[in-house]
Amino acid sequence: MIDVTETTAPQLANSLHSAPDQRGRFGEYGGRFVAETLMPLVLSVEQAYAAAKADPGFQKELDYYLKDYVGRPSPLWFAQRLTEALGGAKIYFKREELNHTGSHKVNNCTGQILLARRMGKTRIIAETGAGQHGVATATLCALFDIPCVIYMGATDVERQQPNVFRMKLLGAEVRPVTSGAGTLKDAMNEAMRDWVANVHDTYYLIGTVAGPHPYPAMVRDFQAIIGRESRAQLQESEGKLPDAVVAAVGGGSNAIGIFDAFLDEPDVKLIGVEAAGKGLDSGETAASIERGHPGVLHGNRTYLLQDADGQIQEAHSISAGLDYPGIGPEHSWLADIGRAQYVGITDQEALDAFQLCTRTEGIIPALECAHAVAYVAKLAPTMRKDQVILMNLSGRGDKDILTVAHHLGVTL
Amino acid sequence: MSRIKACFDQLKAAGRGALIPYLEAFDPDRATSLEILRGMPGAGADLIEIGMPFSDPMADGPTIQAAAIRGLKAGATLRGTLALVNDFRDENQNTPVILMGYLNPILAYGPEQFCIDAEAAGVDGLIIVDLPPEEADLLLPFAAANKIDVIRLVAPTTDDARLPQVLAGSSGFVYYISIAGITGTGTATPEQLEAAIPRLRAVTDLPIAIGFGIRTPAHVAAAWEVADAAVVASSLIGIMAATLDEQGKATDKTVDAVLYEVRTLAAAQ
Repeated sequence: MIDVTETTAPQLANSLHSAPDQRGRFGEYGGRFVAETLMPLVLSVEQAYAAAKADPGFQKELDYYLKDYVGRPSPLWFAQRLTEALGGAKIYFKREELNHTGSHKVNNCTGQILLARRMGKTRIIAETGAGQHGVATATLCALFDIPCVIYMGATDVERQQPNVFRMKLLGAEVRPVTSGAGTLKDAMNEAMRDWVANVHDTYYLIGTVAGPHPYPAMVRDFQAIIGRESRAQLQESEGKLPDAVVAAVGGGSNAIGIFDAFLDEPDVKLIGVEAAGKGLDSGETAASIERGHPGVLHGNRTYLLQDADGQIQEAHSISAGLDYPGIGPEHSWLADIGRAQYVGITDQEALDAFQLCTRTEGIIPALECAHAVAYVAKLAPTMRKDQVILMNLSGRGDKDILTVAHHLGVTL
Repeated sequence: MSRIKACFDQLKAAGRGALIPYLEAFDPDRATSLEILRGMPGAGADLIEIGMPFSDPMADGPTIQAAAIRGLKAGATLRGTLALVNDFRDENQNTPVILMGYLNPILAYGPEQFCIDAEAAGVDGLIIVDLPPEEADLLLPFAAANKIDVIRLVAPTTDDARLPQVLAGSSGFVYYISIAGITGTGTATPEQLEAAIPRLRAVTDLPIAIGFGIRTPAHVAAAWEVADAAVVASSLIGIMAATLDEQGKATDKTVDAVLYEVRTLAAAQ
């Protein structure tokens, strides 16, 4: 007699860390959907990254820069006043906004710039939405004296002026992109066009867990330090795992970064907060998982906001960093298998949470993570006081004060 | 025998290269694009490539991006593009038609149903820019079942080790992207083409078409010198776009300007 439990049990026990597979697939998501001109280069990035990953010297070099230049480990902060104000679960912030350059983006940029140097590439290109990834890229390029071009949607250039100026000060060339709605999607299109024309010397430093394989896996690996540190820090302060982990999701790199250490802990709820824009059903949203369908864009198969004919729709969010019609393929997979849950927070809820966080904790969060704060504000009161929420405070909000002032009707 | 094979066999017997002009479906509107399409064989097109408009054409330069936007604004859908081919086939049963575009609209349509409907409409080949061999199993079985050639793309970056993998099981013809770049930008030199094409010949017996950066009769002639066909896209669209009025609407010059240029290119020696 065949014992069914016996044969299926090992499969169930398989680690979620075994993804992606050889083809770069997380379940049916991911892959390498790029033009043939780029394909050999994408394969060479994969090989170079595999070699770097296996080289202790690479990890040692990365650790050095993360500690002494980025300032890691970032603190884990018990948000006591916010916890008391909400009257439920204990809330901890992983303070990624305290990293050099003000967000988690620098973790990935440091890893990839070291890889680009190993590959002998002499020019860096990147896309940016809110400008956080652009600033982090420009910063590392200044440090390593590598010329860099940052593609940024013209709309985002307008609403993120402080970051545009920072990038220019750092020596980057910022190229505004006017096609489409002039946001992150269009910047990524233009960066891919640059890459295909400059394959011989250029490294494309993708800022999120999207794009063709190996980018989703590689960017996750570079961001996974967020979750590793958080887990150890929480163990020290609470002596246990969190009950829920909450992070904002645009492309999804800060969320994957903090989720990764808890993927194989089924009792830890993982919650990704998408930007609902003016509302999930308003037609002006950026909630790819909640309102999108699987499709292919920017090199990977994933959930996308698209019409019935497969044309990609413009996303909408008050936050430039979440204003993207897709999401990293690993998130699509985690959503499908039910390992992570994805919820929507509107522009208005994010604005309210931005102020709540600022006044209770004295921390001005980026509008991106204000979405996570807004969901925490809903979730915490429904939980017991001995339960713990871990939230990724992935970026600082100084860049957003002009946008927030505008929406609050304040003229500066 | 497929229309593509019959076409290349005939040209080979006549010792001529093939001209493959490109138009974007519904650019600037359905009726004008159908008129251009119907006029192309008479103007000297041997095969015709029709662009399927996509919102995010990542491998295309500004000219074809603008064409896609005009096409979408004019109501282009995959269904509409297939209907356009169907209308063309009412009058023309011989000229091969190849649809070029991006994968996502086909996934939204359903790859199997798309291939069934494309065959019924009279489509002979598909060029899907963002579908490398590594992912081609999403489409190949359905295309093969409906006798549609999936045209493989080879780039200057495709090295000799990778070539056999790219060309394995290929049919129709092979499309050589002559420059590492996007459409409507640089042009390969004759020396570069002379170096590149024999690499492909060593691996495939299929006809080879050269595309990207081919704008003039001299470029067409240089492509025919080393390969079997020349694809002209951005320059034709640029000529078409220059005839549009301030609102982007077709004028009485639009169709004639494109067909005149096709005639000029077809007369290349």
